[in-house]
Amino acid sequence: MTTSTEVVTSGEPAVTGASGRRRLSEGARAERRLGWLLCAPAVIAMLLVAGYPIFYAVYLSLQRYDLRFPQLAHFVGLSNYGAVLSSSYWWHALIVTLIITVVSVAIEFALGMLLALLMYRTIFGRGTVRTTILIPYGIVTVAAAFGWQYAWTPHIGYLVGSNAPLTKTGSAIAIIILAEIWKTTPFMALLLMAGLSLVPEDLLKAARVDGATAWQRFYRVTLPLMKPAILVALLFRTLDAFRIFDNIYVLTAGGNGTYSVSILGYDNLFTALNLGIGSAISILIFICVAIIAFIFIRIFGAAAPGTTGR
Amino acid sequence: MAATTRQRSGWLTANIVTMLLVLIPVLWVVSLSFKNPATIAATGRATFWPTSWTWVNYRGIFSSSEFTRPLLNSIGIGLIATFISVALASLAAYAVARLAFPGKQVLIGMALLIAMFPLISLVTPMFGIERALGLFNTWPGLIIPYIAFGLPLGIYTLSAFFREIPWELEKAAKVDGATPFQAFVRVIAPLAAPGMVTTAILVFLFCWNEFLLAISLTSTTAARTAPAALAFFTGSSQFAVPTGSISAAAVVITIPIIIFVLFFQRRIVAGLTSGAVKG
Repeated sequence: MTTSTEVVTSGEPAVTGASGRRRLSEGARAERRLGWLLCAPAVIAMLLVAGYPIFYAVYLSLQRYDLRFPQLAHFVGLSNYGAVLSSSYWWHALIVTLIITVVSVAIEFALGMLLALLMYRTIFGRGTVRTTILIPYGIVTVAAAFGWQYAWTPHIGYLVGSNAPLTKTGSAIAIIILAEIWKTTPFMALLLMAGLSLVPEDLLKAARVDGATAWQRFYRVTLPLMKPAILVALLFRTLDAFRIFDNIYVLTAGGNGTYSVSILGYDNLFTALNLGIGSAISILIFICVAIIAFIFIRIFGAAAPGTTGR
Repeated sequence: MAATTRQRSGWLTANIVTMLLVLIPVLWVVSLSFKNPATIAATGRATFWPTSWTWVNYRGIFSSSEFTRPLLNSIGIGLIATFISVALASLAAYAVARLAFPGKQVLIGMALLIAMFPLISLVTPMFGIERALGLFNTWPGLIIPYIAFGLPLGIYTLSAFFREIPWELEKAAKVDGATPFQAFVRVIAPLAAPGMVTTAILVFLFCWNEFLLAISLTSTTAARTAPAALAFFTGSSQFAVPTGSISAAAVVITIPIIIFVLFFQRRIVAGLTSGAVKG
């Protein structure tokens, strides 16, 4: 309901202005012009960098376009999509990406909730804990990923003897997930902690007086009230995890079947030098992200941040 | 309610476990960076701490432009992109928070779309476009996309901050004859400064951390940023294992950010949560 309330509040200056020289409609018109003017640079920048290229990517995806033979580029319709969708590499990448996304977001949510409760309720050292957990958030993903890679490298790492878990698909994916969880749980925890602060203490006290156990208070009172914060945190992290690239690039470079859809798209551009296929993969990833966002917003009713002011 | 001893020790244990889980991987990279590159590979299981401490990895990375130039690129590109992005975002956020105009929802939807955008979808077309325009492997070639991807973060965070500002002051300024633009620059901008600092920190962290575009849109150290350079490290000599150099470089690009994050921790927490929860 942001729009209606804002129309009222932001209408006020125009009304006060009317007491002077201007009429209301003129003030409203000036306000509208100013609004557009202020937004224009941001809109232009976003259209230029994200809007135009995505259409260009659609165009490229309909071409046979090999960077080694640019003069041979020609329109081939949807055959690049056919090639990608009938390739086992795409489906493998999609499954690996979905596994990483679902497992890491689920564990992050559980750990993030525990961490949020810890930061919110702990009796002492609250500031120290809050400060410490910001370290993984601030650290450069690539730097942390190198740390994980070396920790699991035989003869260099302190976590392994002579076996090399990063060269086996299953254990490598597990390590990728671990690196992802370590890096992003703090972000999840901070968003959830902000949600915890929306739960009125009185309500929890009342539930306690009524004889609710700690688990009942959490499950029946806290969780439902936190729902908007939870959905926003899950949406952000799911889309972010689906785009996973940095950790895999450093940890395995996508080797031994650990490649995600982003790694596949990258390899098609820079190893295979195939702009057509690479663009088709890009568009398919974009469609997947759109589907995930749609599912969250429609089925779970996640309020897109900034669109509702409740 | 006084906490019992059991409760106290429970919380204490949880705190310590959390802090160890966070700190051990970081300390490990620090430890690696102080290990001697010649003996970094142990015969059996490696020890966590170095057997002998050495600065040789740090001396190595700072004596070659393979790392110093990308470090400079990271700082320059990050600062310029952050400045422009926050400037543009603050104009739009003011409009979103304060003005009624048709198309506001379109702007918000667009920013949301960009925030969720899979960067890989842009890599292929951007690669083609930047090569055609001569932007490939230049500072502006990275600054321009960073500005655009900093904008959604900036618009959300700043509009949340702007809603908290006492706007009666703006009204007062307008009654005194100030135009809306003057009211913005003279009255509101100074009040908005804390929110803008917070936003700038978040946008800078994004630029500093960004990896995919940094490796895709650069080919030499002319514009390659530090995280990208790390992935292309070959070590001080052809035969040396770059583990020590990479760890030292990882520490160098991490430590300032950690200090920065710890120093501004309140602001960062407020910034991260304001956009998401208050909406």
